[in-house]
Amino acid sequence: MTATISEVRNRHEGTKTRRRNVLLRVFVASWLIPFAALLSAQQAPDRTHPPQPGPPAALKLPAIQKQKLSNGLAVWMVEDHKVPVAQVNLVVFSGTANDPPGKYGVASFTAAMLEEGAGSRSALEIADAVDYLGADLNAATTQDLSAVRLHVPVARLADALPIMADVALRPTFPREEVDRERQQRLTSLLQGRDDPPTIAAVAFSRVLYGKGHRYGTPQMGTAETIKTFTSDDLRGFYAATFRPENATLLAVGDFNAATLVPLLEKQFGSWKAAATAASEKLPAAEQPTSRQVFLVDKPGAPQSQIRIGAIGVPRSTPDYFPITVMNTILGGSFTSRLNNNLREVHGYAYGAGSGFDMRGGPGPFAASAGVQTDKTAEALTEFFNELNGILKPVPAEELARAKNYVSLRYPSAFETTGDISRRLEDALVYHLPDDYFAKYVQNIQAVTAADVQRVAQKYIQPGRVIVIIVGDLKTIEPGIRALNLGPIKTLSIDEVFGPKP
Amino acid sequence: MTRAIFLVLLAAAAPAFAQPAAAPPKIELPYSQFTLPNGLRVIVHEDHSVPMVTVNMWYHVGSAREKEKRTGFAHLFEHLMFMGSGHVKPGEFDEWLEAAGGDNNGSTENDRTNYWINVPANSLELALFLESDRMGYLLDTMTPKTVDAQRDVVKNERRQSVENQPYGTAQVVLGEMLFPQGHPYHWPVIGYMEDLTAASYEDVVAFFKAYYAPSNASLVVAGDLQTAEARRLVEKWFSDVKPGPAPAPLTIPGVALTSVQKKTITDRVQLPRLFLAWITPRHFEPGDAALDIAADVLAGGKNSRLYKRLVYDMQIAQDVNAFQGSQQLASSFQVIATPRPGHTVAELQQVIDEEIRKLQREPPTAHELERAINQIEASFYNRMERTGGFGGKADQLNAYYTYTGNPDWFNEDLGRYRVLSADDVSAAAAQFLPLDKRVELTVEPEKKP
Repeated sequence: MTATISEVRNRHEGTKTRRRNVLLRVFVASWLIPFAALLSAQQAPDRTHPPQPGPPAALKLPAIQKQKLSNGLAVWMVEDHKVPVAQVNLVVFSGTANDPPGKYGVASFTAAMLEEGAGSRSALEIADAVDYLGADLNAATTQDLSAVRLHVPVARLADALPIMADVALRPTFPREEVDRERQQRLTSLLQGRDDPPTIAAVAFSRVLYGKGHRYGTPQMGTAETIKTFTSDDLRGFYAATFRPENATLLAVGDFNAATLVPLLEKQFGSWKAAATAASEKLPAAEQPTSRQVFLVDKPGAPQSQIRIGAIGVPRSTPDYFPITVMNTILGGSFTSRLNNNLREVHGYAYGAGSGFDMRGGPGPFAASAGVQTDKTAEALTEFFNELNGILKPVPAEELARAKNYVSLRYPSAFETTGDISRRLEDALVYHLPDDYFAKYVQNIQAVTAADVQRVAQKYIQPGRVIVIIVGDLKTIEPGIRALNLGPIKTLSIDEVFGPKP
Repeated sequence: MTRAIFLVLLAAAAPAFAQPAAAPPKIELPYSQFTLPNGLRVIVHEDHSVPMVTVNMWYHVGSAREKEKRTGFAHLFEHLMFMGSGHVKPGEFDEWLEAAGGDNNGSTENDRTNYWINVPANSLELALFLESDRMGYLLDTMTPKTVDAQRDVVKNERRQSVENQPYGTAQVVLGEMLFPQGHPYHWPVIGYMEDLTAASYEDVVAFFKAYYAPSNASLVVAGDLQTAEARRLVEKWFSDVKPGPAPAPLTIPGVALTSVQKKTITDRVQLPRLFLAWITPRHFEPGDAALDIAADVLAGGKNSRLYKRLVYDMQIAQDVNAFQGSQQLASSFQVIATPRPGHTVAELQQVIDEEIRKLQREPPTAHELERAINQIEASFYNRMERTGGFGGKADQLNAYYTYTGNPDWFNEDLGRYRVLSADDVSAAAAQFLPLDKRVELTVEPEKKP
């Protein structure tokens, strides 16, 4: 993509002539189509070089209006008048990483219970009211946040906000609903054992972080913990974390901010914290010191699910931009090395990639793919070829492509109300600077080949990784052993998930 | 990274839109339309909210056009469309787009194949160049080696989405049970492994010549653009694409089930699952919209009849879903439910049948009907938020154009729901969901040796 400027100009000049001819052709063709085809062939546009881009459009960033309600609850609003809808999120800055030891899964269970009884409404009444308004209301967690999110036609926003406020501020945690949710969760954990990508992901986290670190257990927790939670456990976690000083309200959509604020004040302005805040600190996690391979048997599986990686970085890393570019080259886009190698060159997989899961604490880095069973060992070799290859200097054209891919489409990250609200959530949860969005493109473009090599060598260490392979061991194990990647251990499904629910 | 999302028979019904009974704000999607001399139909829509544009191409061919022993070919062909063309070497399609900040993908269904390219507005011409080059000059660079490479990728797509996917084979078997041998919905969009093995370079040439002529396609260009300039660029890049023959219309006799077709298969799963399926009216035909509402009354949300009884009250099911999968040659209505540990599909089926019979006898309440229509109306707004990609405004304009001849069919589509009465819903359930003419498929966990 390094065509010269002169080529660009030539093509623009040429366009004028062709344009006239095109119009003529349309006229003729409407009478006599076969002749038009002949003419077209003669006057085809110059296809010898791809058209070069015109001047880039300026990034239009949404204006964020920041206020506080009378109880101190911060409110961020973005007016977006494209479609008559609104997105309103209450974001609480505590998530599954704040689960106390022995209570893994309590944050996730607590969020799930918010819609199962709130204020004077039952679970069925909440669902009926929300559905009748044509709204979506849900509560969910990540490692770093809990959120109640409402999306609704703006004409029904005023009707939906009181329901949202009940759910977010006045959950009742009825015992019979807790038991109902418990059975749902236990069954869904059981079903996780069916799905090879899920088994691989859970095994990878467990081996990498261990039982003692929160990141080593699924956000939902284990069958053991899920069985123990009482209404009081959930109420306790709720009271300690859902507090105005630990939350922000986001609103994005087709409203007038001055008109919306009184509605928000009415529903959220008298919210007071009930108990004292609590917070769990994540222990430090230790990197693997050597390469270790873990196998999980899935008899008869036609593909092997592979995860290779180590502990990565927190979202606050100063290396965010170089890592983003480096990972784009390694496994973050269609033309990335992993996808190109494993899919396009060798055909071992439908797709392959890599990613840094950046959280409050250092989340995992993993390269991953599902590869056909009889090519498992060959695919592993190619994975390591690419993990080693990224440690070497990156060619200029590949670097430029990755930087452009990440940065030039950045405007589309602000297209929908949901997109914008997610950007705002990130800014709040990870304390991004005020000019973060405005400087994003230039920060990506500033990354050099030396930066990429430095972060690759720092964060990708192919000799110190965990390798997880979920597949048909009787077919794949001999080939894996022959690679001599390192010590090999076989994990049972129960070792991955804990005892069967 | 999913180039090739294929929806086996149960393509969720095309976006269904409605407006509230009171003060309905009319949905406006201004567009302009023209046809090139080679027969390519073009639709242009402006949306200046973000500086991006999308190029969305639909070819009116899907797996229903495949020949026996060559199933899965339409989808394999879709993969080949990204492998370069006369003036684009292998790899350059994706490299050039990524270097411009663009994304792209494609998908194949029974009745159509679609492709989209999203790029920053200043790279519209690059997207049109690439899209036109593969329409005009695909075969110039096609080789048997390219076919082999994507054949391996597609086989892995099948392994990932069917064989290695819990319950993944059920939808393949369901299609085979619903539609007789020889009917083009009998085989899965992803195809059978042996047919993918058999697909040849010569098949690629023949398929391209038969179905990829400009007159068998429609193009939507949308986003932060000026209509006149977009038209000029489309004319510049697509006018040299040679016209081709129009495929003969696909004439498939109507099909109907005459009895209960029952089968049990096994899979590597913890819990059984029940699939009930009917052949139902085609997309946009009478009964199609009423069955969308019936699906919502039965299994949409916590207060729906089946969810409330099976999951909420009795707690004998982990999940229950129902949908009308609307398609061009025939639709299918499905109810899918998974029993909780310790419960059986027979217990679930008994309750499901009771509720279907009840819906056939008594119309839904006014509240149930309004709740369903309000949600359909809201989904319309939600689908107006994004311009590009799968399901964006450009894709919807192309879908309506392909299936109705009118890109701006949003208000007409919503009208199909607004005119429905509660009696229409129960009448559709009675007419189209007979308990004695359907498919009953059970997936049971494999017994451990």
